[in-house]
Amino acid sequence: MEWDAPAIILDTRPYGEGDAVATVMTEEHGVHRGLARGGSSRGKAGTWQAGNMVQVRWTARMSDQLGSFSGELIHAGAAYAMQEALPLSMLTAICAVAEGALPEREPMPLVFNGLLRLIPRLPLGESLLTELVQWECVVLSELGYGLDLSVCTVTGRTDGLAYVSPKTGRAVTEAGAGAWADKLLPLPDFLVGAGKPDLIGWRDGLRLTGHFLARDAFGHLHRPLPLARAMLYDRISAMAAQILKDDETKDAG
Amino acid sequence: MGGPEVEHLIGLLSKLPGMGPRSARRAALKMLQQPESRMLPLAAALREAAEAVKPCADCGNLDSQDPCTICADEHRDRSIICVVEGVGDLWALERARVHTGLYHVLGGTLSALSGIGPEDLNIPLLLSRIAEGEVAEVILALGATVDGAATAHWLTDQIRPTGVAITRVGQGVPMGGALDVLDDGTLAAALRTRRGA
Repeated sequence: MEWDAPAIILDTRPYGEGDAVATVMTEEHGVHRGLARGGSSRGKAGTWQAGNMVQVRWTARMSDQLGSFSGELIHAGAAYAMQEALPLSMLTAICAVAEGALPEREPMPLVFNGLLRLIPRLPLGESLLTELVQWECVVLSELGYGLDLSVCTVTGRTDGLAYVSPKTGRAVTEAGAGAWADKLLPLPDFLVGAGKPDLIGWRDGLRLTGHFLARDAFGHLHRPLPLARAMLYDRISAMAAQILKDDETKDAG
Repeated sequence: MGGPEVEHLIGLLSKLPGMGPRSARRAALKMLQQPESRMLPLAAALREAAEAVKPCADCGNLDSQDPCTICADEHRDRSIICVVEGVGDLWALERARVHTGLYHVLGGTLSALSGIGPEDLNIPLLLSRIAEGEVAEVILALGATVDGAATAHWLTDQIRPTGVAITRVGQGVPMGGALDVLDDGTLAAALRTRRGA
């Protein structure tokens, strides 16, 4: 058994003295694990970093075996992202979500292509958060837990959508929410194609997708939301809180 | 072959870094052929080191005295702390004789992907050493890996409010390295961290 494909490395764990068990994602084979010989050695550890794109060759005697990877670096996404804290935090978050939530060996081209578009541009920083939140919506959708943000579940209106029900994942307008507004998750404008995204919106977007990832994608696997994803939310949340605090100070002044 | 004692010895040796079953067998045979001159002194040295060597309570280095030889050295610059991932990195820097300050061994790196958090590392002690007020600069000498960079960013966020200068070791073209064999990431890091000639 063998295949050869471009792959994004999602995770590597040292195995033995110099080897690593790598988790990669390809368009045709989905999330796939394998033993990368020398993957944690001095010579090859740089290639087998989460976020890198490699041309991977997987070989095994039988299809249900772990098998071995050999890989050649195509794009050093990790090296570009690790220079700044936010891009690195975004990189580790998306890799952890893809590695933990997606089923193994099941092709998910939409999720893969989303990663392919996101990772090389991560050094752009916070402007990529819109795409990151949208990518998480795609992950939820591909797993069968898609959000319905097209119409208000209470009033049937398609405009003025402001919240999402944490139970059903369906959108609700301000009027439809009524007294339940503080029990609903805020829906950022950029997810319904309106408004300019900002830190508050990105925070709300990460909270929204984080809720459903934790409850549905990871909850059904009896796992918590990955630490990397929780840390990204904390970072954006702290940045948004600082913006709000600065605005309050400006208003008071 | 040689009885259970020999097999046990080979089994233990083969678990050491750089050793496999074949090299462990060769090492065991060499020692067994000269027990008086090789095996017994080695056994005594192993026992002695196991009993005497402990992690330094200040920096985490392994030494037979506490505080370790480096922390106890009065000629060291106590205003600079070099933060390293492991004792092996500390030994490498000491071998190069390029750092005259103190060290702090984290005992690993944060790994958001593997779920290793700050509480799993020797980070609280580093923050308390900085809070004592004697430190003017912290050098983050961590690996150029996703986990190493994540740890460096996290430590920077934690240390910055104290006002202590934070620096990171450079990344780029190694000594004797040619540009055409470097990977894209290393080249990008080298160009980004270029300096005036």
